[in-house]
Amino acid sequence: MKNNNLKAWLYLLPAFVFIGAFLVYPLIDVLIYSFEEGYNFASQTYFGTGGYNYSYVLHDPYFLKALKNTLILVGVTVPLSTIFSLAISVALSSIEKLRNLFQTVYFLPYVTNTLAVGLVFMILFNQTPYTPGLVNTVLGVFGVEPIDFIAGPYWAKMTVLCIYTIWVVMPFKVLILTSALASVNETYYNAARIDGTPKWRVFRKITLPMISPTLFYLVITGFIGAFKAYSDAVALFGVDLNAAEMNTIVGYVYDMLYGNSGGYPSYASAAAIILFAIVLTITCINLLVSKKHVHYN
Amino acid sequence: MKVTLKSLTKKFPSRNKKGEEVIAVNNVSLDIEDGMLIGLLGPSGCGKSTILNLLSGLLKATDGQIFFGDDDVTGLPPESRGVGLVFQNYALYPHLTVRQNITFPLENRRGKDKLTRDEMNEMALETARLVQIDTLMDRKPSELSGGQQQRVAIARALVKKPKILLLDEPLSNLDARLRLQTREEIRRIQRSTGITTVFVTHDQEEAMSISDLIVVMRDGIVQQVGKPQEVYDNPANLFVAKFLGTPPINVFNGEVRDGKLYIGDEAILDTSLDNCEVDVAIRPEGFELSENGGLTCELSRVEVMGRDVSIVATHTAAHTPTIRAIIDSDNVISTDSVRFDIKPSKMFVFDKSGNKLTL
Repeated sequence: MKNNNLKAWLYLLPAFVFIGAFLVYPLIDVLIYSFEEGYNFASQTYFGTGGYNYSYVLHDPYFLKALKNTLILVGVTVPLSTIFSLAISVALSSIEKLRNLFQTVYFLPYVTNTLAVGLVFMILFNQTPYTPGLVNTVLGVFGVEPIDFIAGPYWAKMTVLCIYTIWVVMPFKVLILTSALASVNETYYNAARIDGTPKWRVFRKITLPMISPTLFYLVITGFIGAFKAYSDAVALFGVDLNAAEMNTIVGYVYDMLYGNSGGYPSYASAAAIILFAIVLTITCINLLVSKKHVHYN
Repeated sequence: MKVTLKSLTKKFPSRNKKGEEVIAVNNVSLDIEDGMLIGLLGPSGCGKSTILNLLSGLLKATDGQIFFGDDDVTGLPPESRGVGLVFQNYALYPHLTVRQNITFPLENRRGKDKLTRDEMNEMALETARLVQIDTLMDRKPSELSGGQQQRVAIARALVKKPKILLLDEPLSNLDARLRLQTREEIRRIQRSTGITTVFVTHDQEEAMSISDLIVVMRDGIVQQVGKPQEVYDNPANLFVAKFLGTPPINVFNGEVRDGKLYIGDEAILDTSLDNCEVDVAIRPEGFELSENGGLTCELSRVEVMGRDVSIVATHTAAHTPTIRAIIDSDNVISTDSVRFDIKPSKMFVFDKSGNKLTL
């Protein structure tokens, strides 16, 4: 028995070492930095401890802007992308011809580089002196005045960012949901058919509960992913996100670390810890809610 | 509800483009009287489950017609046929309680048939009492034993008062003991509801024990229809004779020569048949030990099974390496070879293509 225990620890060691060195230690380190005022990487010095970093970050208008942007992004893209992917997956599962073709088409964005796609989006939405851009041209057909999506009003930029994010995260969700739908045992549907169950009720009462673990997984990872959004905004609006009013929390952390040729690792740490706390809270709420609505067989 | 199948045929397209289509059910005609319990019996792939799915409407017939009473239901979708189907794996919704599973079909009713929650619960409880699961109403299927799940599945099929009840291999997922119990239970439920029931099985004992009528099938073709005992006592062909009965029937190569039926060199009995090669099939209980018996076999071993004794012997003309005879246990065997008299009622003679011959 004792021998076995020793062996077990030995097998676990590599994982422990890696998680400890690259996850637990940095996390604790960040937590410590966040309470050390004016920490300097070069001299490894700081001039005090306390909650000042948090107070600064929480009163920093740039952080509040980034927080607002992130919350809007999360609140809009997670539900919408999940619902759209579900609709697409259900549609994909119910067609037979060309299913593989469509599956490939829907999966393409996943294997495409974020920045390249960002460029494409910029071209779609961008206004130049020569052209109003493709999207504005299409909108013009419906009598909508041209909108400057890339450098114009806040809501226009936010719309582009949301559409872009949804478009980028959907392929993975479609892929996972399509396989979840395919794994639902056919006899449940046959049983429902024999009983004359309307289609909508089959979907709500059988399909949804059966794929609920997968949906739940996608919602949780979706929330976490959306809270960590940064590269999408850079792809669309360039590196100076504060100027574009499109910064996110991760963007703020990055700016605090590397922006202005200096770096305020203490503020960055505090912001990172705040983000961590938000994600943790949301995930816990998700877990609590899921207990009632997710059915593991 | 009387059920009639008229030259029902189901063909499945072949998987590859070159291959021939598979005929799962071939020109099957069948009359099922109201209130009967019918066992569709046959080896795997004989088309029995396909017939069940055609009855339920889950599959569309390629040809032929199905009547429920006087109504032609061939073109009707499953939901308009009013059938209850119990699936082989029960297909209970795992996220719903027993009560919710049973009321599920009732909740689909719309318009003037719409029921109140109280009415639904009342009907569910009534049906649950019938199958004796009324104390388990708030459990999930995963908290039930196989036998209990089976009952829930039957309750769910019965609660909407279907015209006919279909059971697909109802006992195959149960252990031997539960199987005996459940088949009695199915019989009891069928009797007390009086509902016309069709069930599919590959287990002849199961079919024989509870059916009013058994339908023996092979390769999509009905071999014989009849009461279990009749089919057993009077099989239409060699396949049916071999398929029914445990231990299985013993088959010998035989020959008719000059008005006598021979197995090997021994004449067994007189016959009016012309000279020909035949297969002689003898039920294990058709042997009687006799010092002057017509059939001599080499004794391999004797298995004592309490009431009966099973004699395992060999014979050069037998199709199988050993043959098995069941005799009363008061017989004492001490020699190396045994001689049997054959009971004519337990012996069947078939021509070489398997058709029955009358002696």
